Parts: sequence; C-alpha cells; structure tokens
Amino acid sequence: MTGRRVVITGQGAINALGASAAATAAAMREGVSGIVPLEFQDVERLQIAIGGQIRGYRPEDHFSRQELTLYDKFTQFGLLAAAEAMAQSGLVVTEALAERAGVILGTAGGGLQTQDENYRQVYEEGKNRVHPFVVPRLMNNAAASHVSMIHGLQGPSYTVATACSSSNHAMGQAFHLIRGGLADAIVTGGSESMLCFGGIKAWEGLRVMSKDGCRPFSANRNGMVQGEGAAVFVFEEYEHARARGAEILAEVAGFAMTSDASDIVMPSTRGAVRAMQGALRDAGLAPEAIGYINAHGTGTTANDRSECAAVREVFGAHADRLMISSTKSMHGHVIGGTGAVELVACLMALNEGVIAPTINYDAPDPECDLDVVPNTARRVEGVQAVMSNAFAFGGLNAVVIVKKLG
Amino acid sequence: MPGMLKDTVKDKVVAILAEQAVLDPSEVPMEATLQDLGIDSLALVEAVFAIEEAFDIQVLFNANAPTDSEFDISTVATIVRAVENLIAAQK
Repeated sequence: MTGRRVVITGQGAINALGASAAATAAAMREGVSGIVPLEFQDVERLQIAIGGQIRGYRPEDHFSRQELTLYDKFTQFGLLAAAEAMAQSGLVVTEALAERAGVILGTAGGGLQTQDENYRQVYEEGKNRVHPFVVPRLMNNAAASHVSMIHGLQGPSYTVATACSSSNHAMGQAFHLIRGGLADAIVTGGSESMLCFGGIKAWEGLRVMSKDGCRPFSANRNGMVQGEGAAVFVFEEYEHARARGAEILAEVAGFAMTSDASDIVMPSTRGAVRAMQGALRDAGLAPEAIGYINAHGTGTTANDRSECAAVREVFGAHADRLMISSTKSMHGHVIGGTGAVELVACLMALNEGVIAPTINYDAPDPECDLDVVPNTARRVEGVQAVMSNAFAFGGLNAVVIVKKLG
Repeated sequence: MPGMLKDTVKDKVVAILAEQAVLDPSEVPMEATLQDLGIDSLALVEAVFAIEEAFDIQVLFNANAPTDSEFDISTVATIVRAVENLIAAQK
C-alpha cells in the first residue's frame, strides 16, 4: 500500500529494565533480567509471586500530589514515556500542528490498580465512599487523555484495548492515520500496570503463569511472567520530520492485523501466518528482507510452538537465517504495553546493530528450532528491516514492520 | 466411614467432570481420559478450579505442562486418586 511515509522521531520507555528507552535498550544488550519477587499488599495470598515490577519507582518523584489524585500507575508510566519521546523528537506543537497531532495508546487493564484499591476499600474495609476521581483515574483512556492535555495534542486521540496486542494495534492505527493523511504526528505506544493483588489473582486462575521464570522457546518453559510499564513513540509524517530536520530513528514500513476467529485463549498458527504475511505485503518487502523478529514469545507451551510454526510457514528457508528473540524473558509480559516496549528492541536492532537475546534459555525444544538468540545479545551488521509480533488472547493478531530509512 | 468419604470424593469429582463434558455422571467411566470426555484445556482449568472449591484444597496444576504436574490427569480414576491424596495431605 502506498501513501504518505511515516517515520519514528522519538522514543521513551519505563519498565523493569530501566526508566528510559536508552536504559531499557542497555539492559537488553546486557541480557539483564528484570523479574523480581513482587511487592504489594496481600502478595502472600498469591501463588505467583514474581514479575517484572519496576523497583525503586516513587510516583512523588515525578508528579505533584494533585496530579497523583488523577493518575493511576498506567497513566503515570504513559506520561513518563511520552515526555521522553516528545523531548527526543524535538517536536514543537504549534497551533497549526496541534489539530493535526494526536495520541493513540494501548492498554488492556487501564486503571486496574485504582479499581483494585477502591474495591478493597468498599468491599473488604466496608467503607461507604471512595475518592471522587475514581472514574477519571480508572478509565482506559486516562493515559491517552493526559498525554494529549500535557502536550496540547488536539487531533485524533483514543485508546485501543486488544489484550496483549493493544500497543501494536495502537501503533498500527497511528501509522494508518498519518499515512492516510488524517494526522501529521501521533504519540503512540502502550502502557500497563496490572501488578496488584486482583490483577495477578485473575491471571493465576488461568494457570498459564510461571512461578519460577519466563523461559521463551526453552524446552523447560512453563508459562508467562507478567511485567509493567510503558513505551511511547512519536510517529511523524516523513516530509514533516525532514522539513524540521528531525533525527529519524526508523521508518514504519508495514502493518497488518488479523483475527483467528477460533478460540478465546488458544492461538492459531493460521492467524499468525496471515498477520505476518499481511505486514510483509503492506511493507512491500520480501520475507528475506527481515533480519530480526521480536517474537510474541510469551513462554507458554502453546504460544511459542504455534509462533515458531507460523514463522517457518511465512519465511520458509529464510526462517533458518533470521534471528528471533523474546525480550519478555527480561521485562516480563507488559500485556497492553508489551508491543511498545518490544519496539525499543526493534529500534536497537536497526540503529545499533544489536539483537536483544532470549534469556533463561536452558534447553532446545524441537518445536521451536529457530535462532532464538539464546542468552547473549548479538552484534550484527546490515539488519535493514525487523518485524514485531503480537498475538493476543481472543485471537487478535497485530504485526508491525519497521525499517531503516531508505 | 472412610469408605463413605471415598465414594463422596469419587462422586463429586465425576460430577464436576461430567458437567464440563456436558454428560450425565453415569456416562463418565473411571477409565476414561479427558480426551475421551471431550474436555479441552480450558474446560480442564475450570474443572480443577471446581475441584479446589468443592474440596477446599489447592491443586498445583500448570496448564502449560498438564502432564508434568504431580496432579495426574491421565484418567478419571487418577484424578479421583489425586484428589483423595490432596485431601489427606492438606487436612
């Protein structure tokens, strides 16, 4: 598909690996694990006690008391990542640009921590009133709205909630809006903060969580580990970015989305195949052009097997030449923000020639026999285009391709 | 008395599995596998939850590796035995 070209001119992130995009990329380069014992109220009543929780994070270091009455943690993370991305992009929101610029963020749980705290107060503690701002704090669009307010972005802004694909869907929408001429700049990515008693208790019920670590593609993997955080990017129309002399981190080359239309939790190889093929077609790239895939790679038995089969089907013989890794092994599954955090690894592959590893890789699984960049980052030259996969519960798949500006 | 408890455990487990399989308990033979009963992974997770609720026990079961778990889900009979063991252990 042709249209206006879309580039990335800023990135920001906060997650268990670091409090900026640069810190996140540095930790990925080192193969650091951000998975730690969880710390929050009632954690002793959980069977799952580990996660990619951001250590040493103090909201009051970043926001005023008045702001914090309105900001759930997922909003705080989104705002911090957006501020970093906007600063890096150097984008000045003039009166003319304001109406051509917006915010599209992904989240699955929205203000889940706010819900959890307030349900505890009314049900467990028997209180009969809650803070007056509970609704504006918990709503799924709170992060997108606050980003739009702080940066004065008055064009199209909304939130996408498609579970683990939310931020890839959000970035795909941003790409489409700019390519189609409906906007010139969109602040996009995703944010999530489900690490609280109710959030993990619900996941525990599905019995797909690991108690001891996230080991994607490894024969001894036994489930996912949840993380938290956000990553946000500035997507901008190419001529607009060029005219103002912006540094261009990458070009958004293609995007595709499909629905398995089969099962609410079990992934379908077919749906993943169609999404990857669609993204390649949209980007006008041959499979051989992709040097690296940031996998969905949750570390569940079903996802990793199904994803590897899909990659083989799409890439044929090239599947044995490309690299594929799951950075969830390090930052955990950031759910509605995960594709955005993983795009940091994609930009590192393009701009620094470093492929983030899949850590905790202990033993090969014949059903995942691809080059998963085990345990140690790899320095490579000439990676021109990379793919980022997200395959959500509900069978909703979203695949993004970014490439070096040609 | 122990015999009576045993029958109760068996009947309750069979009833739980029968409900997931949309069958009458009389159509759930002890040697049947979950596959025989048409119980898929999602239904199994629900059944394990129902077992935990019914007997007030904790079943360590990971859907990623259902066959590796100590909770033996090979057949209806092994599930009944596993539940009996857990009740005895967690009393």
